[in-house]
Amino acid sequence: MSQTQAQTHGADNGKPQFYLTEDHHPEGSTMLGFWLYLMSDCLIFAVLFATHGVLGRNYAAGPSPADLFDLPLVALNTAMLLFSSITYGFAMLQMERGAKIETLFWLGVTGVFGAAFLSLELYEFNHLIHEGAGPTRSAFLSSFFTLVGTHGLHVTFGIIWLITLMVQVGRHGLIEANKRRLMCLSMFWHFLDVVWIGVFSFVYLMGVLG
Amino acid sequence: MFGNTTLTQFLFGRLSLEAIPYHEPILIVTFIAVAIGGIAMLALITKYKLWGYLWTEWFTSVDHKKIGIMYIVLAIIMLLRGFADAIMMRIQQAIAFNGSEGYLNPHHYDQIFTAHGVIMIFFVAMPFVTGFMNYVVPLQIGARDVSFPFLNNFSFWMTTAGAVIIMMSLFVGEFARTGWLAYPPLSGADYSPGVGVDYYIWGLQVAGIGTTLSGINLIATIVKMRAPGMTFMKMPIFTWTSLCTNVLIVATFPILTATLALLSLDRYVGTNFFTNDLGGNPMMYINLIWIWGHPEVYILVLPAFGIFSEVVATFSGKRLFGYASMVYATCVIMILSYIVWLHHFFTMGAGASVNAFFGITTMIISIPTGAKMFNWLFTMYRGRIRYELPMYWTIGFMVTFVIGGMTGVMLAIPPADFVLHNSLFLIAHFHNVIIGGVLFGLMAGVVYWWPKAFGYKLDKFWGLISFWCWQIGFFVAFMPLYVLGLMGVTRRVNQFEDPSLQIWFVIAAIGAGIIACGIGAFIIQLVVSFMRRDQLRETSGDPWDGRTLEWSTSSPPPDYNFAFTPVVHDHDSWYDMKLRGYERPLGGFKPIHMPKNTGTGIVLAGISIVFAFAMIWYIWWLAAISFIAMVATAIGHTFNYNRDFHIPAETVTATEDARSKLLAERT
Amino acid sequence: MTPQLKIVARLFALLVLVGLSGCNLVVMSPSGDIAKQQANLIIVATVLMLIIIVPVIFLTLFFAWRYRGSNTSAPYDPEWHHSTGLEVIIWSAPLAIIIALGAVTWISTHKLDPYRPLDRLDAQRAVPAETKPITVEVVALDWKWLFFYPDYGIATVNEMAAPVDVPINFRITASSVMNSFYVPALAGMIYAMPGMETKLHAVINKPGEYEGLSSNYSGDGFSHMRFKFHGVDQAGFDQWVARVKQNGTALNRDAYLKLEKPSAREPVRYYASVEDGLYRAVLNMCATPGKMCMDEMMHIDMAGGGGIESHENRARLEHDNRHAGEAAHGTAAPAATFPATGNPARSPEPAEGVNSQQPQGQSGGPSMHQGTHAPGMHDMQGGASGSTTETPQGGAAPAQLNNDAPAKP
Repeated sequence: MSQTQAQTHGADNGKPQFYLTEDHHPEGSTMLGFWLYLMSDCLIFAVLFATHGVLGRNYAAGPSPADLFDLPLVALNTAMLLFSSITYGFAMLQMERGAKIETLFWLGVTGVFGAAFLSLELYEFNHLIHEGAGPTRSAFLSSFFTLVGTHGLHVTFGIIWLITLMVQVGRHGLIEANKRRLMCLSMFWHFLDVVWIGVFSFVYLMGVLG
Repeated sequence: MFGNTTLTQFLFGRLSLEAIPYHEPILIVTFIAVAIGGIAMLALITKYKLWGYLWTEWFTSVDHKKIGIMYIVLAIIMLLRGFADAIMMRIQQAIAFNGSEGYLNPHHYDQIFTAHGVIMIFFVAMPFVTGFMNYVVPLQIGARDVSFPFLNNFSFWMTTAGAVIIMMSLFVGEFARTGWLAYPPLSGADYSPGVGVDYYIWGLQVAGIGTTLSGINLIATIVKMRAPGMTFMKMPIFTWTSLCTNVLIVATFPILTATLALLSLDRYVGTNFFTNDLGGNPMMYINLIWIWGHPEVYILVLPAFGIFSEVVATFSGKRLFGYASMVYATCVIMILSYIVWLHHFFTMGAGASVNAFFGITTMIISIPTGAKMFNWLFTMYRGRIRYELPMYWTIGFMVTFVIGGMTGVMLAIPPADFVLHNSLFLIAHFHNVIIGGVLFGLMAGVVYWWPKAFGYKLDKFWGLISFWCWQIGFFVAFMPLYVLGLMGVTRRVNQFEDPSLQIWFVIAAIGAGIIACGIGAFIIQLVVSFMRRDQLRETSGDPWDGRTLEWSTSSPPPDYNFAFTPVVHDHDSWYDMKLRGYERPLGGFKPIHMPKNTGTGIVLAGISIVFAFAMIWYIWWLAAISFIAMVATAIGHTFNYNRDFHIPAETVTATEDARSKLLAERT
Repeated sequence: MTPQLKIVARLFALLVLVGLSGCNLVVMSPSGDIAKQQANLIIVATVLMLIIIVPVIFLTLFFAWRYRGSNTSAPYDPEWHHSTGLEVIIWSAPLAIIIALGAVTWISTHKLDPYRPLDRLDAQRAVPAETKPITVEVVALDWKWLFFYPDYGIATVNEMAAPVDVPINFRITASSVMNSFYVPALAGMIYAMPGMETKLHAVINKPGEYEGLSSNYSGDGFSHMRFKFHGVDQAGFDQWVARVKQNGTALNRDAYLKLEKPSAREPVRYYASVEDGLYRAVLNMCATPGKMCMDEMMHIDMAGGGGIESHENRARLEHDNRHAGEAAHGTAAPAATFPATGNPARSPEPAEGVNSQQPQGQSGGPSMHQGTHAPGMHDMQGGASGSTTETPQGGAAPAQLNNDAPAKP
């Protein structure tokens, strides 16, 4: 969709103009719409954070964060996601240059980092469940698994979306529609990064140290 | 979970023949009636070969006008179901005295009041409101469609899918027996092990997706697609209230989604969010659900306020009094609606200061609401009021709604709420604002915009009968409930011991009967008007001497709404155009760029129903397959880059010439 | 059309008048001081709001009539849409009312806070210094009410009594789902929630028999979750206590656990003695032997949790499935099915008595149920049979006071 704002040339010759004779192209709403979606998604996370805030110390006479969390592992995990955000940034820079192959390369790197993040998270979940600290053990663990799991689910869908887009860019090149989609995914990916920083600080750091 | 299950259990989950309620005569009769009606309908469609027409022109349409109409059709159909529940409750409560159990046992009665609330809010009021916003907003802002037309179609079908899921519970299994907000622990797996709450959860989740997306869509439309010259302070009031409503939708429905998701995790996975044991906290749910639930009330009532504002200005032949203060009042209500949720549970023991805070914020909402009321009042002042049907509904609203507002403020005082909470006084209050406010507004909207949508006015005689039945029926049905509330009678009770109460319930049942006549008269009105459409035909496109842009196009508007995008100079822009000698463009038309229809929305919604059904009945293989199918369909949709087409200039010229001819015939 | 609207208004006025005069508006004319103050508050708020509401309704109808299209003598000013003076009035008039109401709200909410001990018996009398309030511990069970009188060591089901003009301190909890404790003649309601305690302070000023009920929907048997509240003088109260002691049985944990199982339309029961700490155990959801109490759990959690090796604590804290596996699986309710959590459902069959086809109403009927039940012998797991098959067993079973009372007129 063209970004040109139609001109309202009228009212100069005394009689007001009541319609445009030119084609009217309202500016694209996709970015705004996607922002609104992200904000609504943000509210879902807000609810999960609030729930964790309320239930986060209800251990049900069971394990607490200090007993369970392996901070170095989580730090590594965080690094994976932060790197993926940086590499997504590189992909966007290449997209601006119109370099298709480079864009695809950086998108691929982003996907690998994302997959690494997910694998570490699944490893952690698996470990916790085997220790008897699954989501049904206490309200604290319910809210922990749900918050972190929801984030992980978002990353999973982000990766599926990323692969889809890579196929589409490969097939059609960096056309306007694909650029717009890459922009949306970019916002989504960075949004997940920001949410993760919240998870890392409030759930892991404050859980273990606070 | 697959432990020692047999093949049948693998294939059908917990679904068995036992789930079909063939031992409930009421349900059997309903089912037979629905089945006969449905088969007759399908047969008629097939006989007149309408399937292709419906599919290409309606089901797959991305035209905001058609989607808006489909939303309203859905709302009216669901209104019949919701009202059937209401009248069953009224009859039960009118006869269940002196040791009589009535004709509904608790198992059935509890489902009915739950279904009544859920259906009326989510599948009557919501689609009705969304339908109007869809139909009217793009026309009022001079746009050709919404920002995301495909998303709009998808949202509609998801809402419909939610309604289908809720309706399925009538004949397969059962519905929730928890009240319309499904408070845990009662709604948890241990106290409600059946499928009822699962139907509730999945019905609302599926419909909620549609509602949220439609909210995003309409905000983007209003913010980005307004005609040149239409600044925010020149937007029609209905568009303003729609904007605020959609902001509320986007800012609250995700909370509902998350809350219900946590409840479903409790039920499906065995987590401990809202359980009594292992550190769960049911009060958390009650807070979260009302953080959604209270703004929801304003989601419903703000568009109704918008409709009244349009109607009162149009039929008083006068500018709306205090446009700016109306806008500010709407925005203030929008913001305040977020900080009042606790007034739904003053009785949970939050402490005096917290209760008093939320009580006072609740009262503060009545200030902008009161200002709105005065604005309508002074719009009528020095007007020249034409008594058409929309105006009847509006005046009926103004008289009825203030009473509901007054009882609302009474309930906002925590110590008074301690004796009125959960009582029939509360029931009377919210029906007073929802019927007297929302429903009257929607009915006003139907009679107001019907000529725009279909090109002929609605029959006034039957419209008046419908109005008076609703108006009188409302008072007869709900004033007794106020009294009963003051007699200490509480809600959701299906059998009474005190015989002195019976007379009030009988009066209320009679009131419900009068409202039934109102609904009947409304349907007769639609039928009669359709039969007499040639006499009621309205060719000017502007039957009410309207003031906003939707009245500048033909009735019904062409697919592209406006051949040329209008330029706006004033907030009553069409009135302004008429006043200053607007001349309709007659030539120089250009091809118009429009979105293509698509069937993806209805397909995705169909798969969602299958997925929800599989989840409700624990048919895990089907759930997995349908989920994958859903994701695959969505991805497949993104591979289609060819989504637009151009309406050729000749078609536009032909359409506009036809209208010129019609207009010429009038003079 | 205006006359028609007027008819509607008159009809409404008539209904209100009939309502106020023709029936027992217990909420507006209660017998307890707290409820009385709450009723007064309703009146004050109504009057304050009528200052706005009445002119609005009047002006609506008046303008609707005055500026009707056919009245060409009325002024018509299509461009008039703004008046700063009017705008100030239309915002400030409701504001003034709300400021007044807000002040009333703030003060009354603190004064009538259910957690606040009483400082007066009624409008004229302060609480005498030597008065000892009576404590009642209330448990909302599925679907009946259990009242403990810790000062007297007795307990009752579905009936309570309190001396007139003596402050009552209620401590309220529930065993399974949310309910709400409400005696309209006495005071406003407050939720009864499992694992939590809410408080209510109230006093009854007039002797009489009042209705008490659960006002928050709690499932199948909810409609019959009613009890009688007897306001009696001190002598009458002492007699009532003596009667409970004389006719009652013992309430120990076993008896409680049987009583706690879902049932509806329970007759009045008396317990002459109560096991020590039973209410505390119920409140902390550890009446079942072997369960960990909530307060103990909270103590452990405050100290940083139970550590990784705390698996056995989990089973000790499971509460919601406590009836799992006990229930007879004979008659499953239509479509009632197993939950996904892996825990068996608590009780898949409908509540006892709820769906039974026998003539009902025994709680108010004079002769159907006269026995005190020895809870230990009382088989509540029969499931299909319903409560009407219970037979008076064990001990002397004299007719009880309140079962002879006819249904409330």
